[in-house]
Amino acid sequence: MKIGILVNEGPFTHQASDSAYRFAEAAIVRGHEVSRVFFYNDGVFNANKLSEPQTDDRNLVQLWSELGKANGIDLVVCIAAALRRGIKEEVLKDGFRISGLGQLVEAGIENDRLVVFGD
Amino acid sequence: MEPWEEEGPEVVKRFMYVNRKAPYGTIYALECLEVVLIAAAFDQDVSVVFVDDGVCQLKKNQDTAAIGMKNFSNTYRALDDYDVEKIYVEKESLEERGLSAEDLIIPVEVVAAGNLREIMAQQDVVISS
Amino acid sequence: MSKMLHLINKSPFDRNNLDSCLRLAAAGSSVLLIEDGVYGAMSKASSAGAVSKRMEDLTFYVLGPDVSARGLDDTPLIDGINVVDYGGFVDLVAEHDVAQSWL
Repeated sequence: MKIGILVNEGPFTHQASDSAYRFAEAAIVRGHEVSRVFFYNDGVFNANKLSEPQTDDRNLVQLWSELGKANGIDLVVCIAAALRRGIKEEVLKDGFRISGLGQLVEAGIENDRLVVFGD
Repeated sequence: MEPWEEEGPEVVKRFMYVNRKAPYGTIYALECLEVVLIAAAFDQDVSVVFVDDGVCQLKKNQDTAAIGMKNFSNTYRALDDYDVEKIYVEKESLEERGLSAEDLIIPVEVVAAGNLREIMAQQDVVISS
Repeated sequence: MSKMLHLINKSPFDRNNLDSCLRLAAAGSSVLLIEDGVYGAMSKASSAGAVSKRMEDLTFYVLGPDVSARGLDDTPLIDGINVVDYGGFVDLVAEHDVAQSWL
């Protein structure tokens, strides 16, 4: 089954991105295809490579990047949400790309399921 | 059959955008509206639902001058121009807040919880923010 | 009619997500409590009655890892709530037609 994911919160204030990550990982283990994760609202902070969590903490920016590259997941950061929050190409972690909101709608159209994680 | 018809009709999915949060206190109302305006361009079956504090997004007479934030309430009027015509507001949520359809900035379909249950259960994709 | 999986991620003592879901979920759908939503699965909580009342026509699940993380493994859950892990979460999404997050 093809699954799309929407992440509406950043990597620290809310559990949303953690839950989405665990869900995506489990979906892949179950043999599903996670085709795209769309980052919206404060979710765009998940792509900020300048983020430096303490060394004993999980690093979701890194984890998403690795999971995306290892499994061919399209990690898309919403351009409108990103620009207003200062997330630009210069600070974008590898594996992520910036694109328009249409990519979210497309994820809804093209996937069998779209699962939303937020506040 | 014309060549462009060979693929058969595009599958149209039923997208529902659910708003449960009031405007200004958080950005969710504004950013959800931005998604809906984009979604309208995709030839899908779009509906927008306002429940709980989400109904407050449609309150008439919003004036944000003194809080310095953009008043985006007039943008809801544009939904009609974008052919987003299925706009549902839950009756119970309005009543709980002492509001009625006359307090809202656009004409909407006020539906009771029981009917909204049915409408929600007919969707293919539900997006909330 | 789509078979819906409703996702609740907030405590019923903080927000009305669970209440609204219980009011608007169609019969035959399922509800999965995740994150702070798991507090709604505790049998001794005052919110338990509302959940039990809809046990007849909804199926309830709770995400085990979120229960354990919050120290609730020693706390009784409402009878009839099924505990799943993330793999079970994925299976639920696959088994239902639509996932609706009550944010």
